[in-house]
Amino acid sequence: MPEQASNFAWEVDLFYYFLTALTVFFTVGVALAAFIFMIKYRRRSEGEIPEQIEGAMKLEIAWTVIPFLISMVIFAWGAKLYYQMYTAPGEALEIFVTGKQWMWRAQHPDGQREINELHLPLGRRVKLTMTSEDVIHAYFIPAFRTKTDVVPGRYTMSWFTPTKTGTFHLFCAEYCGTQHSGMIGKIVVMEAADYQAWLRGVPREATPAEAGQKFFTSLACNNCHIEDNTGRCPSLADLYGTDVRLEDGTTVKVDETYIRESILNPAKKVVAGYQPVMPTFQGQVTEEQIAMIIAYIKSIGPKKPGGSAAAGGAAAAPSPAAAAQAAKQPASQPAKPGAAPKGNQPKQN
Amino acid sequence: MASEAMELTERRVNYLNAATTVKSWLMTLDHKRIGLLYLFAISFFFAIGGIFATLVRLELVTPEGDLMSGEMYNRSFTMHGVIMIFFFLIPSIPAVLGNFCIPLMLGAKDVAFPRLNLMSWYIFMIGASMMMYTLISGGIDTGWTFYPPYSSIYSNSQVTLAGVSIFITGFSSILTGLNFMVTIHTMRAPGLTWFRLPLFIWAHYATSLIMVLGTPVIAITVLALALERTFQIGIFDPKLGGDPVLFQHMFWFYSHPAVYIMILPSMGVISELIANMTRKRVFGYHFVAFSSLAIAVFGFLVWGHHMFTTSQSMYTGAVFSLISYAVGIPSAIKVFNWTATIYKGSVSYDTPMIYALAFLGLFTIGGMTGLFLAALGLDIHLQDTYFVVAHFHYVMVGGAIIGYLGGMHYWWPKITGKMYPEIWGRVSAAIIFIGFNLTFFPQFVVGYLGMPRRYHTYVPEFQVYHILSSAGASILAIGFVMPVVYFAYAIKYGKPAGANPWKASGLEWQTPSPPPTENFTYQPVITHEPYDFEHVEEIKAAARAEKLQTA
Repeated sequence: MPEQASNFAWEVDLFYYFLTALTVFFTVGVALAAFIFMIKYRRRSEGEIPEQIEGAMKLEIAWTVIPFLISMVIFAWGAKLYYQMYTAPGEALEIFVTGKQWMWRAQHPDGQREINELHLPLGRRVKLTMTSEDVIHAYFIPAFRTKTDVVPGRYTMSWFTPTKTGTFHLFCAEYCGTQHSGMIGKIVVMEAADYQAWLRGVPREATPAEAGQKFFTSLACNNCHIEDNTGRCPSLADLYGTDVRLEDGTTVKVDETYIRESILNPAKKVVAGYQPVMPTFQGQVTEEQIAMIIAYIKSIGPKKPGGSAAAGGAAAAPSPAAAAQAAKQPASQPAKPGAAPKGNQPKQN
Repeated sequence: MASEAMELTERRVNYLNAATTVKSWLMTLDHKRIGLLYLFAISFFFAIGGIFATLVRLELVTPEGDLMSGEMYNRSFTMHGVIMIFFFLIPSIPAVLGNFCIPLMLGAKDVAFPRLNLMSWYIFMIGASMMMYTLISGGIDTGWTFYPPYSSIYSNSQVTLAGVSIFITGFSSILTGLNFMVTIHTMRAPGLTWFRLPLFIWAHYATSLIMVLGTPVIAITVLALALERTFQIGIFDPKLGGDPVLFQHMFWFYSHPAVYIMILPSMGVISELIANMTRKRVFGYHFVAFSSLAIAVFGFLVWGHHMFTTSQSMYTGAVFSLISYAVGIPSAIKVFNWTATIYKGSVSYDTPMIYALAFLGLFTIGGMTGLFLAALGLDIHLQDTYFVVAHFHYVMVGGAIIGYLGGMHYWWPKITGKMYPEIWGRVSAAIIFIGFNLTFFPQFVVGYLGMPRRYHTYVPEFQVYHILSSAGASILAIGFVMPVVYFAYAIKYGKPAGANPWKASGLEWQTPSPPPTENFTYQPVITHEPYDFEHVEEIKAAARAEKLQTA
């Protein structure tokens, strides 16, 4: 058994033992029966014809109904676990993960980034929001018994609570090309205090929301999405998590997926009362930049108690590394009001 | 006496010696010869696929990538999968044993469309030749599943060529399935009603349904992939508005039923072996017959169980899981009925029975581990690990190939007119059984520990399981080579088999071995149920001889 290091691990293992016991029972049962019959009823003469048996309805019913009932128990247990894994928890430490041939990048809510490693605090719910820059990957932590495909073009979610400190394997489980087996890393689970110390030790860059705000300006989004709703496009303040009405009369919930889609394919779901004037930003922004813009829109969304969106504003002074990073980013270029977004972003990729 | 009998066999005109020119083979319309043409072709591809399996197992002996590059490793496991599935397992039993036996079992002269049958072989060979060209020109590195956008954009290998090859080969499958269905419907001998058919025929009927209904979908899917790769039309590429998960739905809509194309014919073989080697009517004949059809129907409704981790909706996952359990029931029914068939039988220990027993054990493990993978919450952990690899090898090798080999041993005397050396048959069956378990059982363990599949290098703590597995693979390889040797030996030096060496009940045993070109020199009329051993003349003769001896 791999180590049990998450809230799901013990139950997945118990389930596994249950199924293993069933398998042993049936396999040994069938093999033993066949073996005994084989010895007991071996051919004693070349001319013999054994007594023929048609079949037995009662037996047929028994070995149809009993396996069916057993399999329904397995189904129900599996579905219950799946439901737990699938249902996003309420308050959680939200980490954004990007897969890319052949590395894993993660960003913590306060802006700390790491590659092929993920540091986590013990005993706190963690929610991973994931996407891929290129092909399909899968984020697999055997010790947590969790795995989720990381698919380009959409966000996938995974959650768990680490229950044991230590270092655990991180594997890419979906075949992704030449260095697939090199796309591995470490999950480091630490005591809460150690995690805080670790966070402080990592050069803090702009939080995703701060960086997102810069992109929002540099991409000239703010020219149309004006906060007091006087622009050509809807205001994005207090928007996140609400339902908006579309042109065709349907409503859509403003979540990560809808915002992402609206950045890349703006004409698809236009809010009622607005014209499809927004250009697409396909090919001009990376998945990580989109995630930052989403973080910004979340941060100006309706305030919820305990929401982590606006947390960590000016906790640490910008380090030299962060400054250097900022200099590389187009966000540091002065935005030219009114300029077409495309003209502003030649070196994005 | 014996040499006289041998001479008689030699002189008698049969389908093998009726004409001996190369042209008479390549232009033959005889289903038996076409079956043999397939036998040569798929044996060749099994060897090629086996070479790649050997490369993969050798590389995995150590955690580092020291034998070959990652690129080469990825091409090796992909070519192993593609060749074994599309060019060995799918055609194996239907195209070789099905082609050979179905008309014989029906009391017919040939299949319904002999020309179409030959055309299927040529289409297969064209597709296979393209795959060999793909291989020579560098092969592919996408895995046999071809998931985009890796396959459509990122892979620098011959994906389009391989796709076209599979597209073409698919037509061979469709035409063979069509041919079998029409044959079974229209060519049955007088008196051979549906419930007098051997279960081998029922299994092939169900298989043919899947071939005809499923194969067009894989054709569409690989065609769409080839178009996507060539013209970037945006079916699967998210950057162009496509959906990579759509491909997985389309791919598995065929490829899950395809595993039933591989296992159902094997189940048909096992029904024949167990009944005839124990001289018992198959217990619960109707249940075994209809469970084949149930598997074919339900098999089309479970494809989503390959995608529990792709973020498909939770309710979709639940429905696919539920139906997956429904498809497990007919398989369980078959296993129980086969076991009950042995009860109070007259069990022979000849090689075909050894294979049938191996099948029972290995297929039970293969099937039961399928329950693990259909269980939603557990599959999250097991998906894409070696547990999956072990599971499908237990079904595909422990089920399909064991059934194929059992069938080859059982019908070899009918096909060639000669007996293989029985003792070597038993020895090689035992070697295969041991080698197989040593190869694949450790993979269940290392899979649960978290070893992902398709890994060129791996973390050192998994090494011991890989060493066991590679050691087992070398034993398995010996087991697979042995039958080739003694079968070849038997063609020349084997004892003449006679019409019915197993004293079996099937119609195919009531004509000489090897059969004449037209199968039967008389019109068979069926007056009794299948597996009715009271009518087998050879058993009666043996009983009379025994009586004389004791008297």
